[in-house]
Amino acid sequence: MSTQSTTPQAADTPATGTARVKRGMAEQLKGGVIMDVVTPEQAKIAEDAGAVAVMALERVPADIRKDGGVARMSDPDMIEGIIDAVSIPVMAKSRIGHFVEAQVLQSLGVDYIDESEVLTPADEVNHSDKWAFTTPFVCGATNLGEALRRIAEGAAMIRSKGEAGTGNVVEAVRHLRQIKNEIGRLRALDNHELYAAAKELRAPYELVKEAAELGKLPVVLFSAGGVATPADAALMRQLGAEGVFVGSGIFKSGDPAKRAAAIVKATTFYDDPKIIADASRNLGEAMVGINCDTLPEAERYANRGW
Amino acid sequence: MSTPVIGVLALQGDVREHLVALAAADAVARRVRRPEELAEVDALVIPGGESTTMSKLAALFGMAEPLRERIRSGMPVYGTCAGLIMLADKILDPRSGQETFGGIDMIVRRNAFGRQNESFEAAVEVAGVPGGPVEGVFIRAPWVESVGAAAEVLAEYDGHIVAVRQGNVLATSFHPELTGDHRLHALFAEMVRAAG
Repeated sequence: MSTQSTTPQAADTPATGTARVKRGMAEQLKGGVIMDVVTPEQAKIAEDAGAVAVMALERVPADIRKDGGVARMSDPDMIEGIIDAVSIPVMAKSRIGHFVEAQVLQSLGVDYIDESEVLTPADEVNHSDKWAFTTPFVCGATNLGEALRRIAEGAAMIRSKGEAGTGNVVEAVRHLRQIKNEIGRLRALDNHELYAAAKELRAPYELVKEAAELGKLPVVLFSAGGVATPADAALMRQLGAEGVFVGSGIFKSGDPAKRAAAIVKATTFYDDPKIIADASRNLGEAMVGINCDTLPEAERYANRGW
Repeated sequence: MSTPVIGVLALQGDVREHLVALAAADAVARRVRRPEELAEVDALVIPGGESTTMSKLAALFGMAEPLRERIRSGMPVYGTCAGLIMLADKILDPRSGQETFGGIDMIVRRNAFGRQNESFEAAVEVAGVPGGPVEGVFIRAPWVESVGAAAEVLAEYDGHIVAVRQGNVLATSFHPELTGDHRLHALFAEMVRAAG
């Protein structure tokens, strides 16, 4: 479902920024790992480990938690440094509703914009109008209604939110299961019931119907927020994520290069416990992690966005 | 050969879309991640994705050599986007350690059409595909800088080579698997039947 044309016009007028080009980009990332990096050196380590893309940001979520204060878009110099360092796609984060940060990221030539709850929201009512951009967006979601509202606003990829910067996979599991379960329930409804379902989900009827028919979101669904080990990544894949974002889990660990490569292997062979076991050997210290039930309400990033 | 079994290299990328397109072209399609799975298919599709990641995983899990061997011995292969890069004998600007499977005597330039902001759709005429131009979906797409004598150029866009065939090996810069138009997959299935 899109409000844009997805058909090319004539041979001599290439169409950029179409829904198909934006969503198709995410299709190319499937089965892969997208890693948070804060320097060009980390970006190269990620690329060498087999990451399909990197997320360029100033501080990984674990440090944003530690430092407190307002978290904003990263310095353009730092993002450009990472763009120049690697040939894989580079993503960067804007604050929720901060469409000027998104405009800046687009002008820098990032390949995907993450309108992210990890940064401090700039608007407590509205997300950015993502149809207005050529650069595609990925957004977080904790449930199906939230995912479909983001898609209605133009998101070309969804990630289940999890709880970033905790190294604890429990919220990632909760959100992915929630989205998958709600889609499963839609599939059992008849056409009459879908209207009421759309109302309950607070999402456009057309998108609800499309999800019911497809049995999946109309865009690629990754998992994020708390993946710290190869087994965590494989768990999210087995639960139905088409790929994983790993934030603090890699560069807050003892041996980032080794852990990054191990998570890539486990993501590809997510259903092969022997390979996951081999990938899990001698990785050194994992990030310490936080118990999510001790997190105060105000420090739960997943609650940001609506 | 009756119904050919065509594998899709499933290390990473848009595997599902190729499985759907192949099924629509009357082929039996299955995922291939391991050497023993490669041995069971008549032909292979290398999907779109990240060529650096694919190259790394193929080497790591012992797929690269068996695959080169099968391609040398005439197995039909079709690659789209990253798959086209993997089928080139030479990459103009490889990342350190990035190795292709080869199969077509051509030199490719990665991300030649630009970053995602420049990704585009356009109609492309492809030699050997009847019924008018195909919908070309180009995503951070490579182009082919030059081809050797044995390679046949099937399509150009904006003065750049975007589809090539050499013997049983077919490659496109664009992604027919992202459209509902399965004519290139049908062409490939036909190549597979002819090879059998």
